[in-house]
Amino acid sequence: MTSSTSDLPIAYVPGRPAARETADQLRARIPGWGADLDPKDRPSTPKLQYQDGLTGAHWEFPERQPEKWPRERSLEHAFLTPVFGTAQPPKGLSGAIRKLSYARYSEGRAAHWLLLVLADRVDAVEEHLRSFLTSRPDNPITETGVRSEFTHSGLSSRLGKKRTDLVHQSLDPIVVVGPWVAAAAGAVLGARRLVRAVAR
Amino acid sequence: MRAMVYRGPYKIRVEEKDVPRIEHPDDAIVRVTMGAICGSDLHLYHGLMPDTRIGHTFGHEFIGVVDQVGSSVQNLKVGDRVMVPFNIFCGSCWFCARGLYSNCHNVNPNATAVGGIYGYSHTTGGYDGAQAQYVRVPFADVGPSIIPDWLSDEDAVLLTDAVPTGYFGAQLGEIVEGDTVVVFGAGPVGLVAAKSAWLMGAGRVIVIDHLEYRLEKARTFAHAETFNFTEYDDIVVEMKKQTDFLGADVAIDAVGAEADGNLLQHVTSATLKLQGGSPVALNWAIDSVRKGATVSVVGAYGPIFSAVKFGDAMNKGLTLRMNQCPVKRQWPRLFEHVRNGHLTPNELVTHRVPLEDIAEGYHIFSAKLDGCIKPLVLPSAA
Repeated sequence: MTSSTSDLPIAYVPGRPAARETADQLRARIPGWGADLDPKDRPSTPKLQYQDGLTGAHWEFPERQPEKWPRERSLEHAFLTPVFGTAQPPKGLSGAIRKLSYARYSEGRAAHWLLLVLADRVDAVEEHLRSFLTSRPDNPITETGVRSEFTHSGLSSRLGKKRTDLVHQSLDPIVVVGPWVAAAAGAVLGARRLVRAVAR
Repeated sequence: MRAMVYRGPYKIRVEEKDVPRIEHPDDAIVRVTMGAICGSDLHLYHGLMPDTRIGHTFGHEFIGVVDQVGSSVQNLKVGDRVMVPFNIFCGSCWFCARGLYSNCHNVNPNATAVGGIYGYSHTTGGYDGAQAQYVRVPFADVGPSIIPDWLSDEDAVLLTDAVPTGYFGAQLGEIVEGDTVVVFGAGPVGLVAAKSAWLMGAGRVIVIDHLEYRLEKARTFAHAETFNFTEYDDIVVEMKKQTDFLGADVAIDAVGAEADGNLLQHVTSATLKLQGGSPVALNWAIDSVRKGATVSVVGAYGPIFSAVKFGDAMNKGLTLRMNQCPVKRQWPRLFEHVRNGHLTPNELVTHRVPLEDIAEGYHIFSAKLDGCIKPLVLPSAA
């Protein structure tokens, strides 16, 4: 197909768009232009390509890692995978929600993921409360890294810039501080009720 | 050891943790010498990824020195300097045997739809990551490679995810000579995707973002034309005008779950966690390409549904190609490109953050302060 000679936009006629630059011009301007023009030089082409012993695996099926607690797993797996992460075993209410999610719902069910998201929020509350019983309670000032606003151009990175994220960045403090404010308000209300009940 | 730990959305700190142990005969323990914060770590940081547990250590881009090896490890020894792909993979399952290392079936009990990834929630297997002084590396005979002498540490660490993922994004686009390629997102992955599109013979490369300093990088690093979508009433219409109303031949979504450009999409996903991701960039990609085109997706999304314009994709006869990058499969070719100067990864690095200051590093990267494009993490300073 030759380049289009029509005055009409290219989408409405059969020719192909005229090249803006020739291959030689592109090669001169851009280091490496066309080095992988041949799909055979592209490493994931074709997508499925038998690796024929090149992976370094010296097993047909790997030895199984010891299972030290009933490891939660997807219902879509035939069995516990031979290797798995052992970080942060489920515990508390969040752990119970996570175990329920894995035991009851497959990855194909929205309930599976929504329960896990719920467990994440419960986990955060549980761990924040637990931190207050330790010598290192959570500190939203240091943990958010907000200090960098004053050391790394917080103002000049935003002022006069056409950044669409500035609109929702204003919501970020609500996400971070909101639960703390709600918890504090709940504690104050609870304390007032308790005081009133005792006063009666 | 010192390790970054997640304390809830937007909150992290550095804590003392036990040095990881050998848990399987083919494990290694690696002392991390350099790591990085990935744009996809921000999805965890913002609480978007289901089953991100309090106490989890993030970090899937790293290099280090082998500190211990399990009894069956044959290819590595203590003291080797290694670069480790972000994928954890066995090398022997149906998928690994065919080169889909990012889709390994033997390493992630929590989900079958995604393989294993270091420090990326329990949804990818529940492995603590490498924003720490030490990390457990499963299948040490399969994943890591010894760092070639000629390769710098910064180039090596960027070859563990950002660079191969960007290159892979261009590959998925099935670019042919003269194609017009539009890349959404001028972060490290998008910048490498744009540069790689030229390697594959593109005739025109366009990068779209809303951060002017990143678009400047796209012009210098990737030789790309740039468009700031905030300057246009409708970036899709602009792309049609730019391509004589045909649409681009290839689009690459290098943004993923927290795309800006539509407040409703962003807030329902990133803030309210009601979507697996904000598909603004993906929808723009679908609408910006010509009929019969290919859309490549290397931006990361969560497992919950997202409001994608699938009808347009179907009606336009698009080919949608996507995956987590099988990193190690890319390395031999990428080593050549780095060695001969076609790709220059360390030009992407803007910040080098000591592990102890990582909370500030995350905030700088997340809030896009100080011209941040790629922050590295230095555990040795801990």
